Amino acid sequence: MEIQQTAVAGTMESSDIMVTISPNDGKGMEIDLDSTVEKQYGKAIRKTIEDTLKELEICHARVRAVDKGALDCAIQARVKAAAYRASGEQAYRWGDAVK
Amino acid sequence: MAIQLQDVPYLEEIGNIHKVFHPDSLNKNSHTLAEREKLHNKIIPSLEEAVRLTGLKSGMTISFHHHFRNGDYIVNMVVDKLAEMGFRDLVLAASSLSDCHAPLIKHIQNGVIRRIETSGLRGELAREISHGLMEVPVVFRSHGGRAYAIETGELPIDVAFLGAPSCDPYGNANGYSRDVEGGIMCGSMGYAKCDAQYANKTIILNNHIVSYPNAPFGIPESDVDYIVKVPEIGDPAGIMSGATRFTKNPKELLIAQTAANVIEASGHFQDGFSIQMGSGGASLAVARFLREKMLRDQITASFALGGITGSIVDLYEEGLIQKILDVQSFDLRAAESLKNNRFHQQISASCYASPSSEGTAVNQLDIVVLSALEIDCDFNVNVLTGSDGVIRGAIGGHPDTAYGASVAIVVCPLTRGRIPCVVRQVNTVVTPGKVVDVVVTDQGVAVNPRRKNLCRRIQEAGIPVYTIEELQKKAEAIVGIPDPIEYTDKVVGIVTYRDGSMIDLIRQVCD
Amino acid sequence: MRQLRRTMLFVPGNQPGMIKDAGIYDQDSIMFDLEDSVSVLEKDAARFLVYQALCSIDYGSKELVVRVNDPTTKCGIDDLEAIVRTQKAIIRLPKTENAQDVLVCQQEVERIEAENGIPAGSTKMMAAIESAAGVLNAKEIACSSKRLVGIALGAEDYVTDLKTRRSPDGIELLFGRSMILLAARAAGIDAIDTVYSDINNEEGFRQEVELIHQLGFDGKSIINPRQIKTVHEVYTPSQKDIQKALDIVDAIEEAHRKGSGVIALNGKMIDKPVVARAQRTLDLARAVGVLREGGEI
Repeated sequence: MEIQQTAVAGTMESSDIMVTISPNDGKGMEIDLDSTVEKQYGKAIRKTIEDTLKELEICHARVRAVDKGALDCAIQARVKAAAYRASGEQAYRWGDAVK
Repeated sequence: MAIQLQDVPYLEEIGNIHKVFHPDSLNKNSHTLAEREKLHNKIIPSLEEAVRLTGLKSGMTISFHHHFRNGDYIVNMVVDKLAEMGFRDLVLAASSLSDCHAPLIKHIQNGVIRRIETSGLRGELAREISHGLMEVPVVFRSHGGRAYAIETGELPIDVAFLGAPSCDPYGNANGYSRDVEGGIMCGSMGYAKCDAQYANKTIILNNHIVSYPNAPFGIPESDVDYIVKVPEIGDPAGIMSGATRFTKNPKELLIAQTAANVIEASGHFQDGFSIQMGSGGASLAVARFLREKMLRDQITASFALGGITGSIVDLYEEGLIQKILDVQSFDLRAAESLKNNRFHQQISASCYASPSSEGTAVNQLDIVVLSALEIDCDFNVNVLTGSDGVIRGAIGGHPDTAYGASVAIVVCPLTRGRIPCVVRQVNTVVTPGKVVDVVVTDQGVAVNPRRKNLCRRIQEAGIPVYTIEELQKKAEAIVGIPDPIEYTDKVVGIVTYRDGSMIDLIRQVCD
Repeated sequence: MRQLRRTMLFVPGNQPGMIKDAGIYDQDSIMFDLEDSVSVLEKDAARFLVYQALCSIDYGSKELVVRVNDPTTKCGIDDLEAIVRTQKAIIRLPKTENAQDVLVCQQEVERIEAENGIPAGSTKMMAAIESAAGVLNAKEIACSSKRLVGIALGAEDYVTDLKTRRSPDGIELLFGRSMILLAARAAGIDAIDTVYSDINNEEGFRQEVELIHQLGFDGKSIINPRQIKTVHEVYTPSQKDIQKALDIVDAIEEAHRKGSGVIALNGKMIDKPVVARAQRTLDLARAVGVLREGGEI
């Protein structure tokens, strides 16, 4: 997927994360995270954001995330919602969840 | 015939009588009471003059109470004045400090305050201290531990600066006024009572001098040296709210309901039992669920202790609690009850929790319900530092009541947002796991393996019991494994146990 | 033991905090909502959120339900694409007017199952009836698909359609409730009552729960965990009823042992409906813990 425009998903409420994704002009992945649990989970959150983008085959993106203690599933959901919005893509792929 | 000292045998042995009465030493005062109150009293026109009269010197210890909580003006006002007067290296021994005491940061930086003793720290001051603001570590004491240290002389107080909502010209002071409706109220003066009693000099700061006698009083005039009238002692909104709001948070209600069920099953829920409940959302709500059970089984409690809230007062007024022992009133409803209810008794921190006496009130508790920031697999409880290692709480009466009560129940959510509350090891041990009996979370109950009978009773009541390790794993499965907090070697806080021994150290957090 | 549906807790699909904690209470079912509680602009975000939550959060033994958007729209189909694939939740169809509405949804579900190697028919469904037409077609709706496990009344839209509003005693809902209940029973599926919105009116809520319990509903949709306790209390059989049910079960066993075809208790013949009622009483009693395994009260 290609990031075409800036898009946001999520809120600033507790247990949520607000993810803003913008194009990064072929300069790879840049993640700017501000988290209430930075000390304990900062690394894990960055990895979750990166892994989720990779899963969507996104290689270039600028991500600004303001985290209020979201669980991994919420981080994945917000990153995906923001990424689809930013790419203008509406043919959602769900395949990976079937176990 | 005039008495001659040499006529009295063994006077040198009796030793304490040295002179003969002479009427010339008497000056009978024939003023009216109103005139006397104006002409002869302990009121000093300015704080500066009162400080001079106490003989305070640099390096000495000054003390404060925290009955005004986050609405307190006294600490900042006094320390500003002491700084202006040129004092340095003072030891500030407060019963606790709040967010509103951030201005102390500059007085630490400019050398006016060298050392702090307190039950807790919050806000900006707490953050700065966690990041290494002070050279000398802060000493944290529980309410009982502080009273004990004052009584034993381990914490000698040179001058106590005590704000009081009402005071007469001779120093009878209290946390409310009988003379007027409204005005500033803080209810019990329990923590201030010890300071007034043991400080070398005591100054009452007050904006509401009432006529003699200000009865009933929390602090007697015999413990007061000087009175200073100040324009304001605190912000009523920060001192207390109308009534601590009853939680509507379903998770807290779930925890409270389970805690009430645990109390019912504990074997201590019988007529004449005694209880203390904290002011946190969940522990406060326990009162409501317990009420249903007390009404159903026609059980009354002999007394409720503690930090008192409106929900305890409700039970008292309904006849379900016979007496209230109040070291600190948490809301206006509690303060008004202290003023109006005959068997709502104000007690000092020493009576409340000092380990010096078997009779201390916490030792008479059947049940205490306490909250926690973190609890670990050894049942150790942290109420002082956040999950990021930064100081953000207060010891309060946690270790005192947990030790004293027959059944100490800790209520806390399994996780707060992404923060696990049941952890492998707490950041800071405040209350040792040995005296913590039951943990109630929203996702299960754990009982200290030391309490086998208690565990069996709880299980027999149909409450599922997990091991603390199971709860810890459950929390970890939800939020993931947190990275350990990074600290420097510098000690910024010493956590003392009730007897003054060191139970843990708080280190400076890395940025 | 059959699935109890006394309490179905509504959880707005775009609120991570509520989704995280939805499993800690003792309700029977959790219904994640992608429909009315989610604004048009957030449909995609809520869908991702509920999908990821279903994939990763352990809700224990609770029944999971997702209310999807109208399956004749792209949004509704996207909802189905996501939720059916998780194989974790029942699909709840909103605003069902007739059997055709159910069949349209069923067709999409079938296709998604087939495309993803999910056993055909494994995805269950529920239909919410929220209009006059829907109530009049309640029977054909209830009987329209083998996938249906229950039908539910959605009263807010229904009373608007009736040109009235909800009253404390619920007289305006009596016909609709009765229709839905009869249709469910005729189809052999569950009937679930509508929400009660005034969460601070505990007395009014209890009265309504007692009413729908007496009508025969299997349970109620709830909007706040604080409502769970009341519903479960109303649905808890009395000690007297439990004892009677235990006696009936004993009598059956006794008859089996003796090889007798006739079951009698205290001189009275026990026929099939009595046995079924006794079984349901014991199921409920077990679910709320007033009856332990082994028959001990």
